[in-house]
Amino acid sequence: MRHPTRLIPLAVTLLACAFLLVPIVQSVLAGLTVNYFRGLSSGLTLKWVGEVWGLYASSILLSIWLALACLAVTLVLGVPAAYALARRPGRAARVLEEFISLPLAVPGLALALALLQLYGSYSGFRTSWAFILVGHVLYTLPFMVRSVLAVLAAIDLKTLEEGAATLGAGPARRFVDIVVPNALPGILAGALTVVTLSIGEFNLTWMLHTPYLKTLPVGLADSYASMRLEIASAYTLVFFVMIVPLLVAMQWASARAQRILS
Amino acid sequence: MSHRSFLLLCLVPLASFALAFLAIPLVRLVLASGEGAEGWAIYLTILRTPRYLATLGQTLLVSLAVTAAALAVSTTAGLFLARSRFAGRRVLLSILTLPLAFPGVVVGFMIILLGGRQGLVNQLLPGHWVFAYSVTGLFLGYLYFSIPRVLLTVMAAAEKIDPALEEAARTLGAPPWRVMVDVVLPALAPALIAAGAIAFATAMGAFGTAFTLATDIDVLPMVIYTEFTLSANIAMASALSVVLGLVTWALLLLARSLSGGTVAAGG
Repeated sequence: MRHPTRLIPLAVTLLACAFLLVPIVQSVLAGLTVNYFRGLSSGLTLKWVGEVWGLYASSILLSIWLALACLAVTLVLGVPAAYALARRPGRAARVLEEFISLPLAVPGLALALALLQLYGSYSGFRTSWAFILVGHVLYTLPFMVRSVLAVLAAIDLKTLEEGAATLGAGPARRFVDIVVPNALPGILAGALTVVTLSIGEFNLTWMLHTPYLKTLPVGLADSYASMRLEIASAYTLVFFVMIVPLLVAMQWASARAQRILS
Repeated sequence: MSHRSFLLLCLVPLASFALAFLAIPLVRLVLASGEGAEGWAIYLTILRTPRYLATLGQTLLVSLAVTAAALAVSTTAGLFLARSRFAGRRVLLSILTLPLAFPGVVVGFMIILLGGRQGLVNQLLPGHWVFAYSVTGLFLGYLYFSIPRVLLTVMAAAEKIDPALEEAARTLGAPPWRVMVDVVLPALAPALIAAGAIAFATAMGAFGTAFTLATDIDVLPMVIYTEFTLSANIAMASALSVVLGLVTWALLLLARSLSGGTVAAGG
């Protein structure tokens, strides 16, 4: 017979699971039932998901587009920089890494206010999707840099590169042929993190968006405020269907990169 | 091209981006906070205005309560899941990490589904069980997105504890609670401090959840938002943002120096 206090951890774990899972299940069911208040007996339907597509297709597509653009920019900015930081680990490198990581600590609202005050008057830029993209890149870039840097710091780049250099490969060639292939697990983990975070980003985006450029989470806030519960739930369901596979892939890729490190 | 200049070239895109979209905007934000009618005395005004002080106090209080609750729940569940092997363990773990990628607005909606006017609790116990739009709702929302983050940090640290230490304590006759207090918790302390700081900083800066739940709860991000959009009090919105940013940044810096890992606030 186990001591009753041994059951407390199990109870806490199950309660925490219930607290997190119950509203998710409610939301999925509400998005699929004909009338949430009459319950499941009113029947299941995809009508609400269809309405969500009609109302918010442009938001969903904009978010996918922004996530891919954000990925492209973070790759171009982040991978070469991570390489340089890995090859020259000094105080200046630490300071730069620390500085670009500020958006992890400073709330998105504050960053958005800063961007708005500096660039708000350039209306061509302010009203374009590129303005939102800047916010997303700010927020996701540190994840890309750190993910790639962690992998590069764990391998003996110097020896590998010296070998290639004696065979006559220049710096650019060595970057493409040696650094990038070795960094791939980190790049993959970073890429999945960037896409997942970009699709869900709200705090910066809410301040940076314009009425003509609503992303998926901005649309979600809009539906929570003004649509019937079934539509809000169906839209949340669409979001789950997009984000959960990404989250699973992200955790898999990060665990894989970790294994390579150890 | 020499190797050294190639490395510098690799840093140019990142450094230019950080300069144009991070460094200069942040400097602009700090300067804007001093451009109001009262100049730099605006930071004194924050301390002298009861509404701002009350907001600051309420934000700190909710964040502290969430941190304590998230640490208690996630340490209990994390240690349990890290140490037991049973069918369904992976499922429980997946459920507990699922909300990691949920934005604050979605978390707010989850709380409305639980405790809103048409929420589950109010349907089961009709009448008096609408808590989503109050500080309780905010607390639960912050707890919702803090549990997964704290849990992952605790579990990673728990797996590194040498089981021989606990065995030694048990062999010496220590009851389970003494092993917990004298061996396990001290070994987890750096991770707990780090995770606690993340939870606290995240709760301080969380905007989406408060935005979805209510406009009449005065927490710092909501006040910054209303100062900026409704009152057009740019200087005050900037000054409050600077205060909020400094507090969260300092906390996460402390957390990182204690844990050495990558931590991120969000939500």
